[in-house]
Parts: sequence; C-alpha cells; structure tokens
Amino acid sequence: METNQYLEIFIDESKEHLQSMNDQLLVLEKSPQDVTIVNEIFRSAHTLKGMAATMGFQDLSNLTHKMENVLDAVRNEKLMVDEEVLDVVFASVDDLEAMVFDIAEGGAGERDVEEVVQLLHAIESGGSMSLSQPSHFQPGIKKDRENSLVLDEFTLSIIQQSKEMGQNNLQIEVTLREDCVLKAARVYMVFEILEECGEVIQAQPPVQQLENEEFDTTFTILLVTGMTAEDLQSKIYKVSEIEHVNISHYETPAPSEENTNTRDIEEDKKESENKSIKANNQEKDSKPVANRTIRINIDRLDALMNLFEELVIDRGRLEQISDDLQHKELQETVEHMTRISGDLQSIILNMRMVPVDQVFNRFPRMVRQLSKDLNKKIELSVVGADTELDRTVIDEIGDPLVHLIRNAIDHGIETPDQRGAVGKPQTGQLELKAYHSGNHVFIEITDDGKGIDRHKVAAKAVSNDVVTEEQAAQMTDAQVFDLIMESGFSTADQISDVSGRGVGLDVVKNTIESLGGSITVDSIPGKGSRFSIQLPLTLSIISVMLVEVQKEKYAIPLSSIIETAMVKKEDVLHAHNKKVIDFRGKIVPLLLLKDLFEVPYTLEEDDDYSVVIIRKGEKTAALVVDSFIGQQEVVLKSLGDYLSGAFAISGATILGDGQVALILDSNALIK
Amino acid sequence: MADEQNQYVKVIVFQIKDEEYTIPVHTVGSIERMMPITRVPGTKSFVKGVLNLRGVVTPVIDLRERLGIHDAEITDQTRMITVTIEGMNVGLIVDSANDVLDLDETWIEPPPEVVGEIEADYIQGVVKLENRLFILLNLEKILSKEDVLELKHVHV
Repeated sequence: METNQYLEIFIDESKEHLQSMNDQLLVLEKSPQDVTIVNEIFRSAHTLKGMAATMGFQDLSNLTHKMENVLDAVRNEKLMVDEEVLDVVFASVDDLEAMVFDIAEGGAGERDVEEVVQLLHAIESGGSMSLSQPSHFQPGIKKDRENSLVLDEFTLSIIQQSKEMGQNNLQIEVTLREDCVLKAARVYMVFEILEECGEVIQAQPPVQQLENEEFDTTFTILLVTGMTAEDLQSKIYKVSEIEHVNISHYETPAPSEENTNTRDIEEDKKESENKSIKANNQEKDSKPVANRTIRINIDRLDALMNLFEELVIDRGRLEQISDDLQHKELQETVEHMTRISGDLQSIILNMRMVPVDQVFNRFPRMVRQLSKDLNKKIELSVVGADTELDRTVIDEIGDPLVHLIRNAIDHGIETPDQRGAVGKPQTGQLELKAYHSGNHVFIEITDDGKGIDRHKVAAKAVSNDVVTEEQAAQMTDAQVFDLIMESGFSTADQISDVSGRGVGLDVVKNTIESLGGSITVDSIPGKGSRFSIQLPLTLSIISVMLVEVQKEKYAIPLSSIIETAMVKKEDVLHAHNKKVIDFRGKIVPLLLLKDLFEVPYTLEEDDDYSVVIIRKGEKTAALVVDSFIGQQEVVLKSLGDYLSGAFAISGATILGDGQVALILDSNALIK
Repeated sequence: MADEQNQYVKVIVFQIKDEEYTIPVHTVGSIERMMPITRVPGTKSFVKGVLNLRGVVTPVIDLRERLGIHDAEITDQTRMITVTIEGMNVGLIVDSANDVLDLDETWIEPPPEVVGEIEADYIQGVVKLENRLFILLNLEKILSKEDVLELKHVHV
C-alpha cells in the first residue's frame, strides 16, 4: 500500500498534534474565555482529522470530527467551556491517543468510542441546535459542470496547504476553437505557460487523454500559483486558436458528508487568514524554512552510535600501537584522528540528546486527572523542560517519574480541607524541575505537602523488620527517609490504587541506579518533600581512570573520582577495626581493591599506597590500587544478563588491546 | 532403520573428560578457540569471567567445573562453545568439540540416577548409539542464574 511509507510520519505527527491538544486544553482550562486557544486546538484536531482520513483510519477521523463539532460550537460562542465539556474533550483525546498508539503498534486504529461520541453529541446538540444546518453555501462550485474536477484527499490537502501559504488555487477552463487542427499542440502550449507560472495540480480530462486529443474542445486545469487570474488569462490568450479562457478561484468542493463541508471550508479560510502555518513535514520538504530539520529514525542513530563505539575501541588500539612504536608521523596522525573523533563523538552524542520535555509533557494531564480522582487541588509547575538528556536515559526515566509524581500527589499533598486546617493555601504546589550540572542532569520533584513523618517511617520499618528499633533510633533523618525506598514499604494508612502498595519506590530506586544515577529524599514535616534524581548525561561513552590491581585492569568512572594520591603506609590509621586515612582533614575509609575483589597476589607490596579517592554524594572512600594507567574514553558495555548483579561492577569495556576491563560501580562501594 | 516420520534433533557433540555431551545445534552461536578472559570478582569459581567476542562482552563458564570436574587443563583441543538461552549469551568451556549428529527423538532415554560424576539434574536424557553414549545436557539448568553470584556485601 502506498500510504505505508507515510505511516511513520503520520504517527509522529499525530502524536505531536495530540500532545499539542493536550497542552492547549490544559491552558484552556485555566482561561476558558480565550477563543484563540480553542482555535489552536481546533486546528490540531482538524489537521489530525485530515491526516487520519487520508490514511484511511475512519474511526480516528470520525471521532476527531465529532470533537471538532463541539470545539466549533465553543468557538462560535454557542457553547460555554465548563468542566463537563473539558472532561469529555479530554476523554476523547485519550481515545484518540489510544487509537494512534494502536496504529503505531500495527493495529487498525479501531476502537469502541460509542460512549464518548454520545457525550460529544449530547454536548453539541445541547449547546446549539442550529449547528446541524449549514449556514453558508459556497459560491464558485458548480457541481453540474461537465468538467468539474474530482479531487482525491491527497490533492485536497495540497490545495489546503498552498492556500495556507497564500497561493492562489485557480480553476482554469480553456475552450479551443471548433476548427482547431492541432489540439494536442495547443494543449501543450497552454500547459507550458501554466507550468511556468505555477504548479498544475490536476487536469480534466487527464493529461494523457489531452495529449491524445481525446477530448472535445474544453478542458479544465487546477493550478496553484502566485499570479492573479487576470495576468494568467492574458498569457493564455497569447496561444492561438483559443476560443475562450475562464478562470475562477477554486474552492474545496463538498465531500460526501453533508454536515462537515461548510465548516471545513470556513476553517480553511480562517486558517489562511490567520496565516498561522503549522510546521508540517510536507511543507518542510517543499519550502526551505529558516530552521531546517529532518526526522531520523532512532534505529539509524543507534546504528551510527554502535559504529562509532567500534571506532572508539579502534582508536584506543591505535593510540596504544603508536605509543609502542614511537613513530613520530604515526603519532601525529593518531593524535589528529583522536581530536576529530572527539568532535565526532560530541556531535553524535548531541544528536541523541532530546529535551526532557518529551517525558514531562504527559505529566500535566496526569496531574489533572489524579487531582480530580483524589479530590485534591494541585498546581503543577514545570521548570527546565528544555534540559537535554540522552535518548536512552529519557526512555527509561518516564516510569520512575510517574511513580514519584503519583506518590507526591497521593501521599504528599493533602486534601484542601486538611491544608486549610493547617493554614496552607488550598491548592498544593508540585514542582517538576530539570537542570544541568557538570556531567549530570538533575530532576527534582518538590511538593509542599505534609512531608514525610520520620516516626511513622521508622515505626513501619521496624514492624516490617527492615531495621531494628535501636538502629532506627540512631539513624539520621536522611537515612530514615531513604528507608521508604526499600522494598515492601507504604506509609499511606489507606492503600489507594494511585500509588500502589509500596512496590513503587524501590523499583524507582533500582531503575535510577541501573541508569548510573542516584536518588535522594529530603523532607520537612508539614512543609513538603523533595525527591532529587541525579542522572548521567549519556550512558554509552564515559571517561574513566584505568587502574591496575595486581595484574588486573579496572576502570573507575571519572565522574565519581575526586582525586588520586599516594599515601605512606605508616599514615594509615585504624578506627573501629577498619583502615582509614586522614585526607585533607577528613577521615576517609580505605578499601583494598585486591582484597575486595580477591585478586590473586602476584606483585610485591610497595611502601606507598596508590589511592583513588571516590565519592558518592557527601561520602568518600579511598580505593587502594597498584598503579594508575591513565584517563581514557571508553564504551560502556553490559556484562550480559548472565552476570548482571555482580558486586560493585557496573559494566565492562573493551580496551585498545582487545581485552575486557571491568568498570567499577563506586556507588556500590560506598553505602 | 528409523521411521521417516520420526523427529530428529541436530546436536553438537563435545567431550569433557571421557564422556560425550550434546546440546541442540540451534542454541549454539559459534565454537571458538580459547581467548584471554577477564576475571569477574564475586562470582563462583566455575564462572571464568568475560571476554571480548567480536565486540560483545560475553560471560564464560567452565562447563567442566560446572559439572563438578575440577582441575581440568586447557589444551590445544580446548574449545569455547557460545550458546544463547533465553536471551542470554554465554560461552561454555569444553575439552573438545568436533561432531554434529542427528539424533532421533525416540532414541532418547531418561537419565539414569547417576552418570559418572555429574549431578543428574543437569541431564535431560541419554542416547546409546552403537558403542557410544551421548548425554543430553539441560542448558537452562546449567545456566540458571541462581547460584552464579557469591553473595557478598562489603560496605564502608
């Protein structure tokens, strides 16, 4: 089927339109009087309808059509925007979304939408009875004309677009003289003129027949042009043996559905008046726009990344060879190549960066729905939605964030009554904030709810045998708050279906840690809580420090290293039976990697310890290694399913010599 | 002769000590000579570590040790068979691998209580063919993740 190649574009754009409808609906909810927002939504719905019809997804286009009717009534002030109307429109957008997802997954986009359609219809007819009668009749369409053009929907969409761009759609009827001998030649000359002036969209009879002189004396052409009708007419009259040229503005003819057409045309007019051209793929292709973009399939970017990873490994190998050979020219070339591949790397990584908005944009809807379900008043503010993250991280971070937001709404923010009772404003504030810092991206979810009750958490942890009573008493607030992310935890007295049964937060924690990130909780009772997630910018290529432990090589991520140092053996202190060192005035525990990893002893001991000081949050530790090899960019590879979960190992990498080196998980070494 | 309707399984035959084992050919990715292996700490001793198999980091286990045969040597004949089970890619070290056979499914007998030194758990069945005895391995059992990692937690 020829539409197949457009399917992907269709799905992408439909999602965009749905998202924009969602966003605008939320804005509309706040300022129901604003007709421009309704127009915005209408336009998205209209485009979606057109695309769905073109692609043959009837259910999708029908439902959009019904929704359009309601929106139209709102726009024409026949209907007031109230909560009921919005709920139904939201529900229909949900249905549309479900359909588009079904299509994306290879389905036919069919769905039982009877209920929503009924509701829409009820609203529409309740709002205005006069709506069903078309108020306009379009001039310029003479349906009984013999040569009237029959357009398919694709052509129609071209016409619509050209109109939006301020082009004229002219219907040109050319009548040749009865005694014309070379009809085909005249046709050819007319076409030549027309093609100079614009684009011939369609001809009646078709061009093939015209060239074969299989027509009487009259033919009709639909032309998209920037010229006026008069100029064009005089040009065509220059061709000899022409009896008559009749040029009229072409108006989109009525589709078979009787009720839609007038509104469609009205809408088209309005759209062209507004000159608000929605960025549309077809337009991008035909017209150069200032900011040119193309859509690239993610698989291709992944393939590019994989190839580049191979290149990075080979680069490492080349660097090693040139170091061994000490050949000047080779060294220079390799250095140059290293620089170029470094630039290439940043470009490729940048290409994979997408704004977190892709995840954030679904939350306003979710918060609205949840606060309705739970009878709470919540205002969500999103900060830093343009912060960029690697696509692989984006893909993974959605579910944890959903969990945290649900959690904040369910357990954090109180009901309006409760809030009133403690003197807080009835509406709770929920803030979702993303920002860059160093090689990390931080995402914070802050609510001004009741906060976490330390005693409640501790009591629960004790009763669940997570910690003993004595332990709980000695823990700091932060440590207690961390407990809520242990498995089997739920502090809500009443288990609701919103944030589940306490199987959430530990999953959140695990997911984030598996992404190489970390999560911390901060809370002030009565004032609210903040969940802060720290994520690496990218997952696939990282900077590491290569070290040797006896004969084995390990890689330590640079992001967790504070510095390296040499420590004399006699400077090692003992505290609680553990070795510690005094490092810049701080007591830092010493970890012997060779003991920790049970590395076979082959080397004689030095008098000094080579240590790498690593950190996790505020805490530090000193890892004792045997030698430092140096800093290197490496490609992070998984250890494979079979060995996943190996202690203190987050992955592996392939070194220049083809050997595998393990990457230390410094988070696991510090608790 | 066997009935033509009978189902055949194509298997790879390999040796460990004096016994011949088989695994279905469709689970096998490739047969490799020994390559340098990077040890992974905190794993059981039969897990030899990981190696770079054409750009993919692949875990390797010593099948001989997994089956309870210790102090096996690495010789010129030693091979590594890479298998894929349930999405996991694992290399198995064996003494040698040199045969492909078609086994009729009706020839397969249930495992005897004890075969050699191996726990019968890992055995799916045996096939007697002329003078040879083939042991069909249960790869899922052998590659079960349960007892791969040494439970160990050292915190500062």
